[in-house]
Amino acid sequence: MSSTPKKLPVRGGDRKPARVRPYSLTGGRTRFGHVLLVETFVAALDAPEERRELTNGSLATRVMPEMRAIVELCRRMRTVAEIAALLKMPLGVVRVLLSDLADQGKIRVYGTGHGPGQPDRALLERVLSGLRRL
Amino acid sequence: MDSVVSDASPGVSPLLDDEEQLQAWQTDRTRAPIATKIVVAGGFGVGKTTLVSTVSEITPLQTEALMTEASEETDDLTDTPEKLTTTVAMDFGRITLDDDLVLYLFGTPGQQRFWFMWDDLVRGAIGAVVLADTRRLADCFPALDYFESSGLPYMVAVNHFDGSERFEPEDVREALTIPARIPVMIMDARRRISVIETLLALVGHALDVTPEQPR
Repeated sequence: MSSTPKKLPVRGGDRKPARVRPYSLTGGRTRFGHVLLVETFVAALDAPEERRELTNGSLATRVMPEMRAIVELCRRMRTVAEIAALLKMPLGVVRVLLSDLADQGKIRVYGTGHGPGQPDRALLERVLSGLRRL
Repeated sequence: MDSVVSDASPGVSPLLDDEEQLQAWQTDRTRAPIATKIVVAGGFGVGKTTLVSTVSEITPLQTEALMTEASEETDDLTDTPEKLTTTVAMDFGRITLDDDLVLYLFGTPGQQRFWFMWDDLVRGAIGAVVLADTRRLADCFPALDYFESSGLPYMVAVNHFDGSERFEPEDVREALTIPARIPVMIMDARRRISVIETLLALVGHALDVTPEQPR
């Protein structure tokens, strides 16, 4: 486009080598070994009648205790991140509450449907075909 | 304030997704679909939220994580010594790829001080799109450093902004000092086709580097 190309800055010239932090989190694991990644699916085992007005509003104004609100939301299949976003609660807090709810048998942790590591080739192929169909 | 780290419009996230078209898997509590995710990392204002919105079937949602004093070592707090916690916002969107296969896209800020949450975020991910703006190329350096050392498949997507100078992918590759096998694409985060091509390039690359035999 322009006639006088600008120089792009070159990475790495002016810094010390960076280091990836060692694994420092709990791994999102509940007491009973459920893994709660952001995309982990959870759903209520036995959801009560829906009471929409109680889940309405932010953490500060909501009248329903967090645990009840989570179970309400889990009347549908939800991810950990979705619950945090809809209830406007930090991810870490939601993980702890979900962990407690799972341990109490109120919700079921379905997981991600694939192993703990990076997806295998079969799954990647499925994602590729899915994206191609969009 | 440095608590604002997302380029998403602040405030209202849609409370419930009743207005959105419900997918069949959402109402079936007896079985969950397979959940996959791709991380989109990059500097402030580079277009992460735009990219996610362009292909997401839901209005992107925002989650927050709290950063505490634990990250002081990497976070420069000299300007705000009283501030010990920072909120890090992450936007995410969703694409249902099949009745039992869902892809999530997580947009996350790229500064080194947010690495603490990436270790957790990248677990099980297909890979990462490092989004770059050639006017502020250095903003994506920390994300590259991270993904290079983490071993997660990644690619570089240069979000081309109207009126900004257009560079060739190879110029960008050279400036970023990344190997030839890493895909570099010039794209437009506002265009659906362009975003899908970018995701295809990443997943294709992930496939290339994934061994035949399961570990």
